[in-house]
Amino acid sequence: MDATVNQTGQDRRQYITFLATGQEFGADIMMIREIRGWTETTALPHVPAYVRGVINLRGMVLPVIDLKARLGLGMTAATAKHVIIVVNAGDRTVGLLVDAVSDILTVSTSEIQAVPDMVHENQNEYVDGIAVLDGRMVTLLSMTKLAASLGADKGLDQAA
Amino acid sequence: MGKTILTVDDSRTMRDMLKLALSGAGHTVVQAEDGVHGVEVLAASPMVDVIITDINMPRMDGYGFIEHVRRKSSHKGTPILVLTTESEPAKKLRARDAGATGWIVKPFDPEKLLAAIRRVSP
Amino acid sequence: MDPMESIKQTYFQECDELLLAMEEGLIAMENGEADSEAINAVFRAVHSIKGGGGAFGFETLVSFAHVFETVLDHVRSGTLAPEADVVKVLLRAGDTLADHVAAARSGGFVADDEVKSELSALSNAEAEDLSASSADIDGLNFAPVMIDLDGSATPPQTNGNWRIRFVPKAGLYAKANEPFLLVRELTRLGTVEATPDTSRVPSLAALDPDESYLSWNITLKGCEDRQKIDDVFEFVTGDCELDIEAIAAAEPDPAPAVVTIADDVVLPAEMGSVEAAPTEKRSVAASGGAETQVRQTIRVDLDKVDRLVNLVGELVITQAMLSQRVTDYSSQQGAAVTAGLNELEHLLRELQEAVMAIRTQPVKSVFQRMPRLVRELAAQTNKQVHLVLEGEATEVDKTVIERLGEPLTHMIRNAIDHGLEMPDERVAAGKPPEGTVILSAEHRSGRIVIEVSDDGRGIDRDRVKQKAVEKGLISANENLSEEEIDNLIFMPGFSTAGQISNISGRGVGLDVVRRNIVELGGRIGIGSTAGKGSRFSFTLPLTLAVLDGMIVAVGDQTFVLPLSHIIESLLPKASDIRSFGAKGTLLNVRGGYVPMISVAELLGIEGGVTDPAAGVVILVESEGAGRMALAVDNIVGQRQVVIKSFESNFRHIEGIAAATILGDGRVALILDIDGLVSRCRDGRRHEMQQAVGA
Repeated sequence: MDATVNQTGQDRRQYITFLATGQEFGADIMMIREIRGWTETTALPHVPAYVRGVINLRGMVLPVIDLKARLGLGMTAATAKHVIIVVNAGDRTVGLLVDAVSDILTVSTSEIQAVPDMVHENQNEYVDGIAVLDGRMVTLLSMTKLAASLGADKGLDQAA
Repeated sequence: MGKTILTVDDSRTMRDMLKLALSGAGHTVVQAEDGVHGVEVLAASPMVDVIITDINMPRMDGYGFIEHVRRKSSHKGTPILVLTTESEPAKKLRARDAGATGWIVKPFDPEKLLAAIRRVSP
Repeated sequence: MDPMESIKQTYFQECDELLLAMEEGLIAMENGEADSEAINAVFRAVHSIKGGGGAFGFETLVSFAHVFETVLDHVRSGTLAPEADVVKVLLRAGDTLADHVAAARSGGFVADDEVKSELSALSNAEAEDLSASSADIDGLNFAPVMIDLDGSATPPQTNGNWRIRFVPKAGLYAKANEPFLLVRELTRLGTVEATPDTSRVPSLAALDPDESYLSWNITLKGCEDRQKIDDVFEFVTGDCELDIEAIAAAEPDPAPAVVTIADDVVLPAEMGSVEAAPTEKRSVAASGGAETQVRQTIRVDLDKVDRLVNLVGELVITQAMLSQRVTDYSSQQGAAVTAGLNELEHLLRELQEAVMAIRTQPVKSVFQRMPRLVRELAAQTNKQVHLVLEGEATEVDKTVIERLGEPLTHMIRNAIDHGLEMPDERVAAGKPPEGTVILSAEHRSGRIVIEVSDDGRGIDRDRVKQKAVEKGLISANENLSEEEIDNLIFMPGFSTAGQISNISGRGVGLDVVRRNIVELGGRIGIGSTAGKGSRFSFTLPLTLAVLDGMIVAVGDQTFVLPLSHIIESLLPKASDIRSFGAKGTLLNVRGGYVPMISVAELLGIEGGVTDPAAGVVILVESEGAGRMALAVDNIVGQRQVVIKSFESNFRHIEGIAAATILGDGRVALILDIDGLVSRCRDGRRHEMQQAVGA
């Protein structure tokens, strides 16, 4: 997992959770640089549909990924109410298009379960685990894996 | 106990290493890149307690620098340690004749360096 | 980072600089142009590499550098004349030292035995002279140390108590040594009782301030190691009388009249009043060429510079945006505002240039790597090569410099391997046996031009054409201009196989050079005359941060085309456009037909102009692949744009060079014309040729 132990030194991590198609996903708060509203992107040629294009983030050219589409859950019809979560993962900075940010959760490792095998494999690849809290189920995504997959020629070319 | 020490060496590596060892021991380090620069720095820094200088340098070498300090500057009583290598006994002696107080053999460990300083400066 | 680790990085950086300085000096020696300061600089470079290497425990490097340094010491002292064969060995030693540094940095083994023994031979030849000249120095002052060292082995019966008699001479004070400090240092070894002996102090009238009258009787208890005592007095050996003897176990404690060192020590009266010796042989000005002013530089973290570059880029964008808005309003007052904005634009351009200049460096650092390469290649091919470097001080962006090494290496290899003839062949052709390769750099109209030229046999165009046909790159009946034939050698898959040697033919063709140069936003020019030689020129942008672009619209999107590739823009008539083959289109440009492609089609953009006659055509020229017409909807304008890479956040996209941010804050893509054209051309060339041939 790419999260680090939080400041209290306990084995607890904070996640920002967000909604996409009614499902709740979590991303390690340490990886998140900022959250901003949706802006129209500049399309890129020869890329898969889940790459929505690039935007200007204060001088930086930031690729924006439709998270829902990336996880195989269909394209997001982006509106001004949608948000882009700017993630710093590894060497890359990327934007994730999601429906809305819902919460900040503190999860201890004991509350994280492994991913059941039956989950869609396209999604499985980027999932660190599943947190179950008070009946809520949050899928914890690995930002590092998600971002790293963008650089791989695979996946992109076949979809192009 | 912290002293102000002028290091004169054309090698950035050596300057950095001296600075690391000296400032680690609580000394203040002033740097110069060759003899001429050393003379300039010295003129501007009356509070230098110890000088450490290399021999082989452009513009003005270590010998010239030492002679200048001993004869011309207001630092004629300031101890000067020369950086030499094991294989250069003749250089050591020439530096002494020029007025060097002592020497430090490269490669030095911080302890040797600090002991040499202790032997020449209160 | 561990501070030592970061100093190690500094060391390697410094080594690179020192190796360059060394190489430069050695080459000056080779050309007989080296003065004593140049030779000294070579010596210092090797000496400093050795010194730092010792600190990091690079033993093989240090041991080699030492042998090298010894020979250089003879050269600079004049006992060894830098004749041609000597310099040859020194140059090889320089190369080997560079290898040692590389091995220390990234591992590996350097076989240096041969060079080392050649070096040793050089210094041994002068050994007799040397021992004669250095003996007097050694004999003079160094002997006492040896005697003291002998003493360290003697008394086994010591119980760690010593009696020391220490009589400083005047010279001790003149060198800023202080007996008090030495006695204090002894206290670290054991219990010290020190008695000053003032018996030799004369009456005040007879007192010579330069003389030393005070001496010390010291007992030291509890120090087992005699060597440590010797070490304390190491610096003053020769400037004092020193007797150190062990006190036998039975001997009673010495006399009680003591001064305890920690409390109060009588300092000699002379302290602090040492007079300078009258001779003033040396002064600042007199000491050898000191007047040459060293250029003031500072070291700045590259990240800081890039941040500045980015900020200025932002400023330029903001200015462009403001200009656009003001133009949109175009009122009465607008004129005054526009004038102000023009002034601002002018200043910004200047600021931008100044900031960009921070990132530039002389091409020297790359050029200086080439003499070694040439030496090695000359040796491998048995050819005689004279390398001439010109314009080394020409400054280019750091990144360009870093990425110039490989293509230049390739071109130099190519020139020596394929261009230059064997010496006998050259003589037969009426040329001097030694071939000349010139590597030059100069600024030409806002770009840098780097040329590699040779006086060899020139490009054999018949042979190149024949090869290209054999490789299936062109058809046999294709009618190519000389220029087009020359360009074939940069095509992927081309290599003059008949001449492949272990030098150029490393499985990497010149197409890699072309790609490297194109990636830097440059182009390659070729000139060649049979029997006279060839000239390859790289025309490169001075900076990778900005480019002059033409802004075009395609559908609802905006793109930037680099102006450097654009020949002209045209409004085509329907009658000029001809369908060709299954999908191809040709455009008639003043009688000649040029392949035409639609940018919309190429990039999969919908909603744009479908009929080229309703849009605009941009005639572009790409490296290697020739001319091509790009159909777009319309031209928006021309502008300098700041290049923003998105590859680090995403990945490379074929046909897209980078992105930029326009005045309205939106991202626009910069098209990679070479990439686009060669892609289309590769796909369609065959098809078209068949059609032409039919």
